[in-house]
Amino acid sequence: MTKSYEELPLTPISNEPSTVNLTGYWRVIRPIVDKSKCKKCTLCWKFCPDAAITLVDGEPLINLQYCKGCGICAFECPTKCIVMVKEGEL
Amino acid sequence: MRMVMTGNYASAYGAKLSRAEVIAAYPITPQTSIVEKLAEFVTTGELKAKFIPVESEHSAMAACIAAQTAGARTYTATSSHGLTLMHEVLMWASGARLPIVMTNVSRAMAPPWSVWVDHMDSIAQRDTGWMEFFCQSNQEVLDTIIMAYKICESRSVMLPAMVIEDAFILSHTEEPVEVPSQELVDSFLPTYSPEYKIEVGKALGFGSLVRPDQYMEFRYKAMLAMREAHDRILRVEQEFKHIFGREYGGLLERYRCEDAEVVLVTAGSVAATAKDVVDAMRARGVRVGLARIRAFRPFPHAEIRSIASKVEGIAVLDRSYTFGAAGAMYTEVKASAYSCPKRPVMKNYIAGLGGRDITPKILEKIFEDMLVVAKRGAEDEVEWVDVMGVPRRWK
Amino acid sequence: MIEVRFHGRGGQGVVIASEVLAKAAFRMGFEVSAFPFFGVERRGAPVTAFARIDSKPIRIKSSIYEPDYVVVLDNSLLRGVDVLEGLKPEGKVLINYPESKKLQNLPPKFKYYVIDATSIAAAHGIGSPATPIVNTAIMGGFVRMCETISLDAVLESIRESAPTKEEENVAAAKDAYERTREVTM
Repeated sequence: MTKSYEELPLTPISNEPSTVNLTGYWRVIRPIVDKSKCKKCTLCWKFCPDAAITLVDGEPLINLQYCKGCGICAFECPTKCIVMVKEGEL
Repeated sequence: MRMVMTGNYASAYGAKLSRAEVIAAYPITPQTSIVEKLAEFVTTGELKAKFIPVESEHSAMAACIAAQTAGARTYTATSSHGLTLMHEVLMWASGARLPIVMTNVSRAMAPPWSVWVDHMDSIAQRDTGWMEFFCQSNQEVLDTIIMAYKICESRSVMLPAMVIEDAFILSHTEEPVEVPSQELVDSFLPTYSPEYKIEVGKALGFGSLVRPDQYMEFRYKAMLAMREAHDRILRVEQEFKHIFGREYGGLLERYRCEDAEVVLVTAGSVAATAKDVVDAMRARGVRVGLARIRAFRPFPHAEIRSIASKVEGIAVLDRSYTFGAAGAMYTEVKASAYSCPKRPVMKNYIAGLGGRDITPKILEKIFEDMLVVAKRGAEDEVEWVDVMGVPRRWK
Repeated sequence: MIEVRFHGRGGQGVVIASEVLAKAAFRMGFEVSAFPFFGVERRGAPVTAFARIDSKPIRIKSSIYEPDYVVVLDNSLLRGVDVLEGLKPEGKVLINYPESKKLQNLPPKFKYYVIDATSIAAAHGIGSPATPIVNTAIMGGFVRMCETISLDAVLESIRESAPTKEEENVAAAKDAYERTREVTM
């Protein structure tokens, strides 16, 4: 916690990339992949606005530390192998 | 009809009721909802205007200048870097004596990047020849836009004006606003009819070269116009009060200054909070008052002098800072008070930059400090309020 | 003067909830002010909104630090956000909480009200089945918690503000009003 102007640099600088922001906690719904239905079209990877999906042997691996649960992957998936489910409540 | 709305919607209604004919604007946070609402009015036909979505704020002002020169009443809105991008064209608008009215949603400059309120962007335009009105409520925003067109378009004035809303605090806060009927506004604001305009079939050029032997005379005329604006502002407000029933205290709104020991001079939404603080302190027998700078340009010199000659101390709260000098409002208040036979003690408080909240507690501390300073003199003439690491505690 | 703070996530209609309250109070003849926490807002990110209600015109323009009421639209925030910060002693809290669970482990000095706004909104078809929009239902709960505001004013305000399904939103608020109950810690 900053306590004084003296601790701050000359001008605001970021020495970490924005990937330090683990935005997974924003999620209210999460994507679940049913690999048996995946036909490796890679559309989910292409559409993810946060680049939270990587492809492993052509199949999606979703990084839940970043995934904000926007649901675009599920919407675009042609076989509907990605489904959005509710995050656990308290 | 009284409705709950944001300051941005109040601006949009103000422009609509004023029958703006050409609107050219570029989006920037936190102004966007003004332009979106106006685009909606134009689409539904509620407002008969030409809406030009331009590619930058510089172009927005250029388009307004062109349209105004062709005889149309124009309107635009911007904020922060949008306003400063327009700077060179603002100079043109006033030099060309075009009565353009613009809303500036006053927002801090970057870096550091900020979307929150302060007055650096507005204050930085004080040399442009534009009138500047700082508002403290959404009602005032709507009313001031309507009044501004009337003031600006007076033949003896013919200068542009910016109506300033504090970013988020007014622009995005919903409050009750009385929206007058179109008929009532039409009875107050006539159509725009300039002496010169671009017309097909008539040979007239605008913005000609003027040699040193005549340039000063043009500037002298503009100086007289800005001086005349002082009286026009007062007269238009009285006319407005007569028709709409509302007034704002002229160029300098005085609140409980009559027998005050110390007066706080400031502008914008913080003045509204300060009125609550004045009431609370007065209830305890402390004689403080508030003078709100409503028109920063033209500057209320005479009004400041009349207060300065009667109080022990004047605290000026600037929500901006002129590096290498002091707060701009402080500098001007001090200059006004210089010619008083008995000068008050004066101190500048720099507060609220980048959206830092100015709470009633902080304002009370400023008053208390000024009451002491008025008797003992100030150690520091300019003090920055609520900065982490600066020893004095303000919270 | 009454000061209220709302907590939710971007996209849940937190700001609209504060506007619904302000407009309801305005209908009743009160003076009002409603504003979001001024910042960049993203779907899913924690969002705060505020409202002031008074019988005389409201001049104060600084933020709300000591609310009288707190409304929590998304109980997952109870883990990450201090939703009770600054709440006045004897302050009241309304939380959107599932009927099947027991609200516990919160400081007993405040008064707590719960309503399963999520189920009610879903039952009335407001929002999607995966993400029901709870902001209108929860306003019915607010009326139960804060006796100053009338249910009729809130229902009319909802009718005015709802972009679609006005009657479903109104019914959800009414339902929530009936079923909101106080919980002791």
